[in-house]
Amino acid sequence: MACGVLTPRGQPAGHGGPVFPEAGVIHVPGCPLLARPVPAGFPSPATDYVETRLSLDKYLVEHEDATFFVRVQGNSMVGFGIHDGDLLVVDRSRDPGDRSVVIAVVDGQFMVKQACRVPEGVLLRSSGPGHGDILVGPEQELAVWGVVRWAIHPVS
Amino acid sequence: MPIALIDGNNFFVSCERVFNPKLEGRPVVVLSNNDGCAVARSNEVKALGVKMGTPWFQMQDLARQHGIIALSSNYALYADMSNRMMSVLSQYSPDQEIYSIDECFLGLDGFENYDLVIHAQAMRSQVRQWVGIPVCVGIAETKTLSKLANHCAKKSLAGADGVCDLTRLSETERSRLLATIEVGEVWGIGPRLSKQLADRGIHSVEALRRADPKTIRREFSVVVERTVLELNAIPCLSIENVAPAKQQIISSRSFGNYVYDLAPLKEAVATYIAIAAEKLRAQGSVAGMIQVYIRTNPHKEDCPQYSKGLTIPLPEPSGDTLYLTRAALWGLRRIYRPGFAYQKAGIVLMNLSDATNQQASLFCTHRENDRLMSVIDRVNAIWGRGTLRSAATGVSKSWVMKREKMSPQYTTHWDQLPIAI
Repeated sequence: MACGVLTPRGQPAGHGGPVFPEAGVIHVPGCPLLARPVPAGFPSPATDYVETRLSLDKYLVEHEDATFFVRVQGNSMVGFGIHDGDLLVVDRSRDPGDRSVVIAVVDGQFMVKQACRVPEGVLLRSSGPGHGDILVGPEQELAVWGVVRWAIHPVS
Repeated sequence: MPIALIDGNNFFVSCERVFNPKLEGRPVVVLSNNDGCAVARSNEVKALGVKMGTPWFQMQDLARQHGIIALSSNYALYADMSNRMMSVLSQYSPDQEIYSIDECFLGLDGFENYDLVIHAQAMRSQVRQWVGIPVCVGIAETKTLSKLANHCAKKSLAGADGVCDLTRLSETERSRLLATIEVGEVWGIGPRLSKQLADRGIHSVEALRRADPKTIRREFSVVVERTVLELNAIPCLSIENVAPAKQQIISSRSFGNYVYDLAPLKEAVATYIAIAAEKLRAQGSVAGMIQVYIRTNPHKEDCPQYSKGLTIPLPEPSGDTLYLTRAALWGLRRIYRPGFAYQKAGIVLMNLSDATNQQASLFCTHRENDRLMSVIDRVNAIWGRGTLRSAATGVSKSWVMKREKMSPQYTTHWDQLPIAI
């Protein structure tokens, strides 16, 4: 064999069927050589400092069991930076505070609104063109489904 | 040691209501596969007298009269909600046994200094707030009694606000309460056993509790004797943190439409084998025997009826989907008769044993697929069941079940999220 192609195991090609054309295979006339570069030199000094890569999931989701995703339809909350089609990260484990943005259930419908305490009860505020506020009096039951933690939308 | 049993109220209906508040206060049923029978009923439907398992076509009139809303089973949703509920409950004790999709036992050993009712109320309100599911909690000295306590909580027979702690009752109070409950409500006492017990004058839970365990063992079985002991607050069943390996795995389903030919039957059987074999490997077992069966619709008496099963012992136990499929299809070809409208097919994997302790045979050939199977399981775990499957399971799947009234998979598909305006 004057000229051989060596596979990683040192077997001449052409005897055991097709061989994967591996990068790093070296043609050397008459000279069996290692087919793969051997790592040498200092080991990476960073190996002791390897940490888990940042996870957006962990950043956005505080209580996994209580977190649900909800899609926004319409522009009733653009003033709060919440747009049509946004993905909302909703945490049911949090108690809504005054002025929290929440998912409220009004007539069996999910609404994303800002819940404000007022003397007459709770005011569900919108902030989009043509969207009025809804007053929930003390005699009506306000169902807050969850507190909106994040609104996610593409920028470019 | 006290044990709590936590159970989701009308679990499937409650899951649907979390995402569709319009269903609140209205009569709702969830139907089994192929929209056949009621598998979950809201309280409003129970009040109308609809029993568990009532076929949907039998409640049509009632449904029209009372506006019953019927939904197909959305198992992807229920499984996710169940996982959330179980995870929240696991914070309340290191000993948790998940008994079914909607109930779990919690061992409350070491909680002696806590007020258990307050502890249980905390579980209830946290599951309700975090996951949206209403639950009831029963507390007692044994698993059997805690199931009964849960029944009492649900029916408001004892306790308050969805929590019933039987350990708080005096002996007379307990005896008076159990005398009002039918023996059929006891865990493990099915309709047949209750009838046999009734024949011997045992009608109430209290009567069974007072029965002599040795006599019960002689006349019934050691299992019923254990139930009697458990009713007397003598623990015989412990909390199983790890589910015991199943003794057999069944996969069967009714078809969406009648199936006449062998080809779609083969696809169905191969699909059921793939599902069952995945479960088999997940619990680290191999199967020594397969049963395959097919049948027509027994409720359509005017149609020709045929029902046949075949049990196939395997030369060597296996967990290889391809090998098991070959065996099941070999059996199917032997029981198939043309000219019938088949409604259901199923397979059972039996004689299960531990995959790691196998006596190898001289002519063993099929274990060479072990690595292929582990790759298939890993791929399907990441990209979803059936991503990598044998071609025998078919492409068109004309036989798959009907789920026409299914709600969106709100928590597992990006394109099916709940909408807020």
